[in-house]
Amino acid sequence: MADRITLEVARFRPELDTEPVLQSYEVPLREHWAVLDGLSYIKDHLDGTLSFRWSCRMGICGSCGMTVNGDPQLTCATFLTDYAPGPIRIEPLRNFPVVRDLIVDIDDFMAKLPTVKPWLIRDVHSPIEEGEYLQTPDELDEYKQYSMCINCMLCYSACPVYALEPTFIGPAAIALAQRYNLDSRDEGASERAEVLASPEGIWSCTFVGECSAACPKGVDPAGAIQRYKLTAATKSIKDLLMPRSAR
Amino acid sequence: MTAYHRPIPILWWTERWSYLLFVLRELSSVFVAWFVVYLLLLINAISDGPAAYDEFVERSGHWWVVAINVIALLFVLLHTVTWFGLAPKAMVVKLQGRRVPPRAILAAHYAAWLLLSAITAWVILR
Repeated sequence: MADRITLEVARFRPELDTEPVLQSYEVPLREHWAVLDGLSYIKDHLDGTLSFRWSCRMGICGSCGMTVNGDPQLTCATFLTDYAPGPIRIEPLRNFPVVRDLIVDIDDFMAKLPTVKPWLIRDVHSPIEEGEYLQTPDELDEYKQYSMCINCMLCYSACPVYALEPTFIGPAAIALAQRYNLDSRDEGASERAEVLASPEGIWSCTFVGECSAACPKGVDPAGAIQRYKLTAATKSIKDLLMPRSAR
Repeated sequence: MTAYHRPIPILWWTERWSYLLFVLRELSSVFVAWFVVYLLLLINAISDGPAAYDEFVERSGHWWVVAINVIALLFVLLHTVTWFGLAPKAMVVKLQGRRVPPRAILAAHYAAWLLLSAITAWVILR
């Protein structure tokens, strides 16, 4: 195995460039080095001007998502040796404006996320003296998968619908809405329904499935969306057939 | 400071097999609509009497009508198979407190398709 590998890194310096350009760097090819380690090596030893986001280095913070050889990946969980002998092309996440080098602007997601109210909603809050809202393991299993989302944006980067229709709420936001809809302690499903069942919500999704393929945490946002489509369609039919029972 | 917005390449749908399948599936709705139109034309011909029906059958035998219908069939099959692929994701069925495996839901859809096709074939061919 060669002891070095070439990283072709997209550079975008808004004060200099009108569009990203690729810059090649040679970094040590070490068995336990992730792509993020390669980028850190560049930053520390070769070119201190390279900009990228990272934090935990262990697949939890969701900061280091980038496009690696065309695929959206967490660079802390993507190893250099898997791409040997290289070169490896590292670009910013797709479908988001690029602020600098490998850093994208996710304000669009941050604005959409609260619209689906991803928090526990109760009609009436129990007094603290009554203790916790209890939940069985089966009730936990109902939503646990969706609670694993780390907002890394890989699903948005993989989604062609989001690329074509930027008004689409998107995979992670809908999966997070389902995380609360399916929580036995939550009573806010009807409050989320209007946004989720809007044209910009679930009905924009055409089940490409790339969001679930890209998800590093096994959340399966495509599954969450399809499941809610059935819920919304069933509710619409019930409301049509039994308008008096509709809230 | 100006952010860079990557333009979407015209051939973006050729970048991945799943993107191509997505576009083909969207296109399949045109052929589903074609089959509806074709069925309405058939019903119209039947209601107009034997001469109109014979003319419809003769027109349907033209190579280009057959070609359109073969292509339409392939697209409708694609539509059906991908739709069935979605079903286990959308349906979470529980029996005696345990979730029915997605494969069983998929198999049930194919079994229902087979049964309905067999009934249709029996009605037409008997």
